[in-house]
Amino acid sequence: MLVAVIAALALIVTDIRTPHLHAVRAALSLVVYPLQLLASFPADTVKSFSETVISYSELQQENHRLRQDQLVNDARLLKLDALEKENIRLRVLLENSFQLGEQVLVAELVSVKLEPYAHTVLVNKGARFGVHPQQPVLDAHGIVGQVVRALPSSSEVMMITDPNHAIPVEVNRNGLRTIAFGTGQANRLHLPFLAKNADIVPGDLLVTSGLGGVFPAGYPVAVVDKFETRPDKSFANIYATPKANLETSREFLIVWSDSAPVVLGEKPAAKPNADQDKPQDKPQDSPQDKPHEQP
Amino acid sequence: MNNPDPSATLTFLATLGGAMVLKAMAISPAVDLFNPDWVSLLLIYWCIALPERFGVFTGWLVGLLIDVLAGQLLGQNALIHALICYFCVKEHRRLRQFPLAQQCLFVLFCLLASRSIVFGIESMKATAHHLPPSFWYPVLSGTLLWPAVFLLLRKIRVLARIN
Repeated sequence: MLVAVIAALALIVTDIRTPHLHAVRAALSLVVYPLQLLASFPADTVKSFSETVISYSELQQENHRLRQDQLVNDARLLKLDALEKENIRLRVLLENSFQLGEQVLVAELVSVKLEPYAHTVLVNKGARFGVHPQQPVLDAHGIVGQVVRALPSSSEVMMITDPNHAIPVEVNRNGLRTIAFGTGQANRLHLPFLAKNADIVPGDLLVTSGLGGVFPAGYPVAVVDKFETRPDKSFANIYATPKANLETSREFLIVWSDSAPVVLGEKPAAKPNADQDKPQDKPQDSPQDKPHEQP
Repeated sequence: MNNPDPSATLTFLATLGGAMVLKAMAISPAVDLFNPDWVSLLLIYWCIALPERFGVFTGWLVGLLIDVLAGQLLGQNALIHALICYFCVKEHRRLRQFPLAQQCLFVLFCLLASRSIVFGIESMKATAHHLPPSFWYPVLSGTLLWPAVFLLLRKIRVLARIN
């Protein structure tokens, strides 16, 4: 008995302090993963069943709508290309570095309950696909969270609403930077570090600021929905609703962000590569960027 | 121990698999709040029924699997389940004589103790003040479901002819 308790306590302490136990967890996860798939089976079946019995006209409507969306998005992308080029040109004038685009991997949610009080979900792509901890996870509308553990065939994603999670954000309107904390409630973020007179109003879009190095800059995170001040507190109480559909999304994008900057100025030929997701292009380029980094 | 009965181990593993699936299953957010700790209930039953086969070590190993299943700190559930098994094995003679209602009290004690350990570990992460009251719901639902679990597992044990 004493041995078991001591062994368990030793495990807990080791797991908190060091990453050595990851191999044990990875091995055990192979035993557990089939059970998790089995557990997700009913929820997945209900989902696929409701997709199968969808009516023909509904499908047609959806198809029509998707085609329209596609057209609009294509047009926007055309503009985005031009804007990106312009952005690089302007940044050259400012002698600033420009960050590369990102590569993504689509991962599907495994309908498994981990801990109800922690907002953590399991997705079906793991270390075998090159997923590693601290990777940002998005859905079509915004930031979902980050990978906290990459197991061989699955990985655990902590959502931005988890009480243990904080994400550096900035107000899209004016660049005001702060940190958004998870509250443990679904669809609620808390911004505790802004003064009462901060320039932030309900309806403001919060985007990632790129500080901290985990989340790439510029992705939508949440919309401010409540701003309240209390006479006895020096900081405002601000709440925001995440943009991503944390509760209903089933497909997530796991992002590889390239933090090495694109070369500017001297080699205009390198610029077209910037938006083609070619990580192998950068290592030769990045050393020449060093002088530009100082403002 | 000197007479290993494979059917007992097989039955145990099958019911354990079922309990783990039930524990991990997500039905709907409202129901999930009350999803009890099926694995603890299962271990309590088997430790009372066959204390010479299942004990602290079984609980410890199963707990380790649960840690991975639930994505928790490694060793947390190992500790909890080893403790539960210890008390069950130690008190199994008395527990067998208890009427179901009194067994429920014992189960309540076990589940409450295990949840308190989780609470303690969570509060080390400084998020305990974020834990909603629903954190404690599984203790209640587990206690209320104990008679059903007990009768079902006894049925299974009788059918599998394990003594």
